[in-house]
Amino acid sequence: MEQEKSTLEVIPADKAKITKIWKVTGYLAAATTVEFIIALGTDLSYSIKTSIFILLTIYKAYYIVSEFMHLGHEKRSLINSIVYPCIFIVWLLIALLIQGEAVFQALLGQ
Amino acid sequence: MAGTAVVVDDSKNLWGGGNEPMNASYGKLMMWFFLLSDVFTFSALLIAYGMVRFSHPAFEGAIEEFVFSQEYWPIPDKVFNAVPFLHGVDLPLVFVGIMTFILILSSVTMVLAVEAGQRNDRAAVEKWMLWTLLGGITFLGCQAWEWSHFIHGTDAGGKLLDGSIFYGANLSQNQYGPPNFAALFFFITGFHGFHVFSGVVLNFIIFFQATVGKLERRGTYEMVEKVGLYWHFVDLVWVFVFTFFYLV
Repeated sequence: MEQEKSTLEVIPADKAKITKIWKVTGYLAAATTVEFIIALGTDLSYSIKTSIFILLTIYKAYYIVSEFMHLGHEKRSLINSIVYPCIFIVWLLIALLIQGEAVFQALLGQ
Repeated sequence: MAGTAVVVDDSKNLWGGGNEPMNASYGKLMMWFFLLSDVFTFSALLIAYGMVRFSHPAFEGAIEEFVFSQEYWPIPDKVFNAVPFLHGVDLPLVFVGIMTFILILSSVTMVLAVEAGQRNDRAAVEKWMLWTLLGGITFLGCQAWEWSHFIHGTDAGGKLLDGSIFYGANLSQNQYGPPNFAALFFFITGFHGFHVFSGVVLNFIIFFQATVGKLERRGTYEMVEKVGLYWHFVDLVWVFVFTFFYLV
């Protein structure tokens, strides 16, 4: 067996970085737990529940993209070129939800 | 203007190669743009779900009185309430919750693998990649169980429009509600599940390359970062699927 020679020097772990990762994990787990409690343990109206879920989802998405995927620490131009195109999703969302309501009216509306 | 010419010579042409625009390597940048296109694909699927759901009537009564019917869109709590080994017990969203936590945790171990890769710590990369693989495979196993349960149905089944009782679901009819509900379930969670599967395969390839020392010889563990981006994206999509398919 040929002995492999390691050429790369191992850099010691940065405690602060690891702590940050577990902190973000805590945020994500907490947000998911809150979603559960609201979904099953409360009598809030459907629209309030839905609004809370959407806000918590965006909260979680922000942390995953910004910290886990490290986008928050990239160059501004890279952040913009990924985030700005997502504006088209908002358009599609509005267009198709209006369309869905129109289909409902056409099929079942009075 | 000799001075200008010297300046051009000194700085490499930013887009002519040999340089990293936006300070990200080619592979990472292209992974980001691929993920952006995948964002559009999943948005289209989830928004299509919203549209189809809005074009069906919602269940109006109290949640305790909910029964499966072809007349209105089902309440997800009532469809996804089964847990392995606890047959017949009503545990709404518990199993999906467990799956969510498994995926979040495997995302965390992936961040730790990326962090270890940046420090050239081969042993830590191997350890955390292995945990990530384990999480991914467990998630896939859970999803297989969930699909199997969804396809085979509950003991009581549900009434179709022609009055017959049907158990479980396929692409054209299901016991839980309008046929589109099951079709969208299969498409959305299936498309996501296939992403998880590809993620597990990619993670395994990189884990293997780290183990045999290929990444070490290459002098950089950046491949771990690239597959890491993909793996986090899979987790990100699940966050949205969880909210818009299971919670809302």
